[in-house]
Amino acid sequence: MKKAFFFTLLACFNFLITFAQSSNGVEMATGLRSSGKIYVVVIVLLLIFIGFIIYLFTLDRRISRIEKNDKKNNLIK
Amino acid sequence: MKSYWWKFLGAAIVFYTVIAGLLGEVPALPILHESIRVVYFHVPMWFAMLLMYLISVIYSIRYLGSGKTEYDFVAVESVNVGLIFCVFGLLSGMLWANITWGDPWPNDPKLNSSAIASLMYLAYIVLRNALNEEQSRAKISAIYNVFAFPIMLVLLFILPRLTDSLHPGNGGNPGFSGYDMTGGMKLVFRPAALGWMLIGVWIMTLRYRIRKLEYRKDGLDY
Repeated sequence: MKKAFFFTLLACFNFLITFAQSSNGVEMATGLRSSGKIYVVVIVLLLIFIGFIIYLFTLDRRISRIEKNDKKNNLIK
Repeated sequence: MKSYWWKFLGAAIVFYTVIAGLLGEVPALPILHESIRVVYFHVPMWFAMLLMYLISVIYSIRYLGSGKTEYDFVAVESVNVGLIFCVFGLLSGMLWANITWGDPWPNDPKLNSSAIASLMYLAYIVLRNALNEEQSRAKISAIYNVFAFPIMLVLLFILPRLTDSLHPGNGGNPGFSGYDMTGGMKLVFRPAALGWMLIGVWIMTLRYRIRKLEYRKDGLDY
């Protein structure tokens, strides 16, 4: 979902035609950068990604706890 | 499997590539414009998928040699995670294609081949679900895996290069590993591929460990 959102956003940005052009005449999103909006995008994506990693981490710890318990109760090798 | 360093390394690398991927400098190319940044995510999805399928076929072969159920667990969970990355690769590719080629699926050889490869691995899952007995399920799906893997390689990497294709790296187009991937981009792209591969392995190990626990709790000896 984060990917879909990210790419939708990126697709939208492509349609934001700025009047600033790069040196070889190809338009890039320099307007977004100069207005600082790009930083909001980065932070949003990082937050979602950090949330995902925290989820994986808590899942990992929960599994480790069960494995340790099983080992103690001799259920698992 | 219980050590955390490589898991956090993968997370940190992807964290870095999100920041550098959006804020870093990219060459200004026609048609692509800023969307060239999608390469930092779309291609690593496929790298992660490839690694997963490679691990899967290795463990399928190991299972056939040893008969150890854990190897079968690794094989199936690797395909499961590989399929997830495959879906994200396809979705990200379709979104990217839509804004650059004007069509999410222009019936291109590379795209059609990747669809066939995806269906092959979905068929692996369907095959497993169709077999009730544990040993025959593991053995038959392992043999299927051994066939599916090289066919997937041919479909994704050989066939599209033999014919006309829109996709970068095939049909005479410059790949992003060619002169269009600047040194600056390589600094983000290569870590991104590594980071997502590490995260893929992490997710696979979690699923594998859960499967082992469920199996054990059923009182079965493995």
